[in-house]
Amino acid sequence: MATVETTYRDSHLRALEAEAIYIMRDVAAQFERPVLMFSGGKDSIVMTHLARKAFHPGTIPFPLLHVDTGHNFDETIDFRDWLVDELGVRLEVASVQEAIDKGRVIEETGPEASRNGLQIVPLLDAIQEHQFDAAFGGGRRDEEKARAKERFFSHRDRFGQWDPKNQRPELWHLYNGHKNVGEHFRVFPLSNWTEMDVWQYIALEEIAIPSLYFAHEREVFDRRGTILAKTDFMELLPGEELRTQTVRFRTIGDATCTGAVSSTASTLPEIIQEVAAARETERGGRHDDKRSEAAMEDRKKQGYF
Amino acid sequence: MTTNGTNGTAPEAAGDDYLEMDLLRFTTAGSVDDGKSTLIGRLLYDTKSIFQDQMDAVEEASKARGMTDDESIPNLALLTDGLRAEREQGITIDVAYRYFATPKRKFIIADTPGHVQYTRNMVTGASTADLAVILIDAARGVQTQSKRHGFIAALLGLPHVVVCVNKMDLVDYSEQVFEDIVDEYTDFAAKLDVQDITFIPVSALVGDNVVDRSDNMPWYQGSTFLHHLENVNVAGDKNLRDFRFPVQTVIRPNQTFRGFAGTIASGVIRPGEEVMALPAGTKSTIKEVTTFQGDLSNARAGEAVVITLEDEIDVSRGDMLVRPGNTPTVGNKIEAMMCWMSEEPLARDRHYILRHTTREVKAFVDDIRYRVDIDTLHRMDSESLGLNEIGRVLVSTASPLFFDSYSLNKQTGAFVLIDPYSNTTVAAGMIRGEGQDADKVAASAQRLAGMERKKSANVTWEGLNIPREEREAEQDHQAAVLWFTGLSGSGKTTVAREVERQLFQRGVKTMLLDGDQVRHGLCGDLGFSPADRAENIRRVGEVARLFFESGALTLCTFVSPYRGDRDWVRDLLPEGRFLEVFVDVDIETARERDPKGLYAKVDAGVIQNFTGVSAPYEAPENPEMTLDTTDATVEESAAEVIRQLEEAGIISAA
Ligand SMILES: Nc1nc2c(ncn2[C@@H]2O[C@H](COP(=O)(O)OP(=O)(O)O)[C@@H](O)[C@H]2O)c(=O)[nH]1
Repeated sequence: MATVETTYRDSHLRALEAEAIYIMRDVAAQFERPVLMFSGGKDSIVMTHLARKAFHPGTIPFPLLHVDTGHNFDETIDFRDWLVDELGVRLEVASVQEAIDKGRVIEETGPEASRNGLQIVPLLDAIQEHQFDAAFGGGRRDEEKARAKERFFSHRDRFGQWDPKNQRPELWHLYNGHKNVGEHFRVFPLSNWTEMDVWQYIALEEIAIPSLYFAHEREVFDRRGTILAKTDFMELLPGEELRTQTVRFRTIGDATCTGAVSSTASTLPEIIQEVAAARETERGGRHDDKRSEAAMEDRKKQGYF
Repeated sequence: MTTNGTNGTAPEAAGDDYLEMDLLRFTTAGSVDDGKSTLIGRLLYDTKSIFQDQMDAVEEASKARGMTDDESIPNLALLTDGLRAEREQGITIDVAYRYFATPKRKFIIADTPGHVQYTRNMVTGASTADLAVILIDAARGVQTQSKRHGFIAALLGLPHVVVCVNKMDLVDYSEQVFEDIVDEYTDFAAKLDVQDITFIPVSALVGDNVVDRSDNMPWYQGSTFLHHLENVNVAGDKNLRDFRFPVQTVIRPNQTFRGFAGTIASGVIRPGEEVMALPAGTKSTIKEVTTFQGDLSNARAGEAVVITLEDEIDVSRGDMLVRPGNTPTVGNKIEAMMCWMSEEPLARDRHYILRHTTREVKAFVDDIRYRVDIDTLHRMDSESLGLNEIGRVLVSTASPLFFDSYSLNKQTGAFVLIDPYSNTTVAAGMIRGEGQDADKVAASAQRLAGMERKKSANVTWEGLNIPREEREAEQDHQAAVLWFTGLSGSGKTTVAREVERQLFQRGVKTMLLDGDQVRHGLCGDLGFSPADRAENIRRVGEVARLFFESGALTLCTFVSPYRGDRDWVRDLLPEGRFLEVFVDVDIETARERDPKGLYAKVDAGVIQNFTGVSAPYEAPENPEMTLDTTDATVEESAAEVIRQLEEAGIISAA
């Protein structure tokens, strides 16, 4: 077998990678039924790549869980199915549509309706149904003030709630996964990564990502400063107009609330340059967050990713 | 380039530079209003690590609160001051992590609030840091808080400390004010075990010496804060000597492959090298060190790998692979410093779960040796430890741990305690060494107490026929004891012999006492247990003193691994006449030299309790001389000793 290059062994990307792999292995050893929450976005794709590395030459010893709002870009689902096949892992889907049909949640109405808030119930239902005791999330501490204090191992009570006032101290690399029956953990292996680190790592490791991240032509419209894509799930408000523009997405989530950015970056190096020169944090493009400043903290307390 | 940037100039960011950046993790602490938030805000602002939308939010908030310190810049403290807002609202005050990068390095800041009650957060933040930044307000001077931060940095073994003396603008950029603070803090830090401490005068508000050099303090020649952070050498902090591989999980995709996955805690390993599995003690050879990218020709501390062995031996999670000739201590009792982190105080009558490397065992805290008042550094008797209290404890575990002292190896010297009822993490521990049974400790304490009495009864010898002072008056040098201590193979004897030869040639009256020599006769009845080692040193000390009183410059070469034993000899002699010479070399080099073939015997299991391998070595805290013989020649080392003897006025210059 070939001997690998040692050039970048001491780089910070390798340090972050080793930290994430350590955490994934520890979860596999400390928990009975871990699961990787797969959103279809670059952070969860990077997580699957790290999981593959962590357990090589074995396969990833846990399934992926996709909370499907039903409002997806086609590219997201195609990519998801391709990746699952490539990795040889099991995929579980928690469907928001099903939860609506069963009356577990009530759909918001009106042109500004979003299914983002509706993800919590199907997610927690799936965790309970499959008895998942640890769920990997792609959250990073640099994304949001509320996340700056988040632990790698974040305890959730029986109701899936996070208690920011009562977090366990986390020291060295000694992670405490002890819990009572019915409780679970959210685990964030990418906590110490920044958006730039993620992009650089994708480039370094040549990780495949959905075409949505690269500049392409698309029918879009503006809503309160956010560029949204035309989809079947959304009505235009009076005064909003469709136009065709070259855009790309910086995050991939629910198609009704993920904002695009005007961009011509169609290769990884171009994207990286764009990120380096960026004027807005990633979540600035998320329409949903603007509803309230404390939005993130609120959603987290309830059990959002 | 920075991870982002408001000015949009980052073309090279996409290049390879980014891949060559390394990582520095540091922690910041300061008292309330020392300017910590402003300093971090300034660092982020001046390195252009602030996004436009964040900046907008801060500007808006500054306006809303009517609190802009300066016309041109918004209130930088607001950038990082999530914690203050929380404090006002009575929410969690905790460690917050922040990130920024320069072309040289990526930085992770663990930002901890500096209040009296938040020792636990400082300990948490410091546990993963390479460097501590301590803020002192120039106008207020060194506060109790500033000392507490220094103590915690030392306790957590942070190899680098930077003291930012802030608000220099408020003291007219006075060099005197800065120097006074440096002096006061240096005095205090001497009591701690901090290796590298740097003082930088700054004004976080104005930006002096934070990122850009200040014109206001021409008297300051050192680095700016950022320059220092970018250049401090942390690669050398890694322990690359002692191979320790705690097994995290076993990877078994098929019948033919069985690999042990884990992150190398310390040391370096290569295929073909012999390893031993703990606790079983079975040996095998490394077959491959493998990763997703392929096999490695070597792997070192910090790398996440999978190791396969030539033989089918029983290894599972919680076990540790080590080199047979360089093993950690294996034992059920540990002495440790511990910080208590729970509202519910430490209970000695119930068990906790102790988590150490990848291993969990049941544990009892048997004894609290003392509690440290972290403001005064005084040790106090204590029955328990409460929230934010730090103490020295004796812990017993239900099954053995494989550990090193925290000061030699953080990865294998750190542990946490978990409460099995609440499941929360209640304590952080730093191992000092193997614990001793209470009986044994009491017995040795008694013995030591006895020695002390003996000593104090005859501090000055009465009735010497010819007093030493008269003898010294007749010769061209003073009497002294030169005590060489260090690992076997460090070069104590070789250097001492060369020194003695040169002294003799200069006409100095000398005598050399050597460990091996006295063990044949004077101490032939003694072994190598701590008690026997103490008695050995006691006898040698008394003999050395006789030679000393005869006016001789007496050279003693003894491994003498225990600080207490050496200090006992020191106390026998007048101030300034006992010169401790620490002959410093790493264990790998000593092992390679192995002049007496002892390490080979240790490896073969013929010798037990061997210093540096299976018995501890307590390095001197403040030796009069330190000789690093790793690269120095014997002549160079000897010349250094001679030079220092001249400088100390023991001998006159040649
Ligand atoms: N004059 C002066 N004031 C400063 C400096 N650094 C911080 N301050 C002020 O000191 C106060 C407390 O600063 P802050 O950063 O919030 O302190 P923290 O509590 O340590 O985070 C604020 O009013 C700052 O503007 C400095 O270098 N010079």
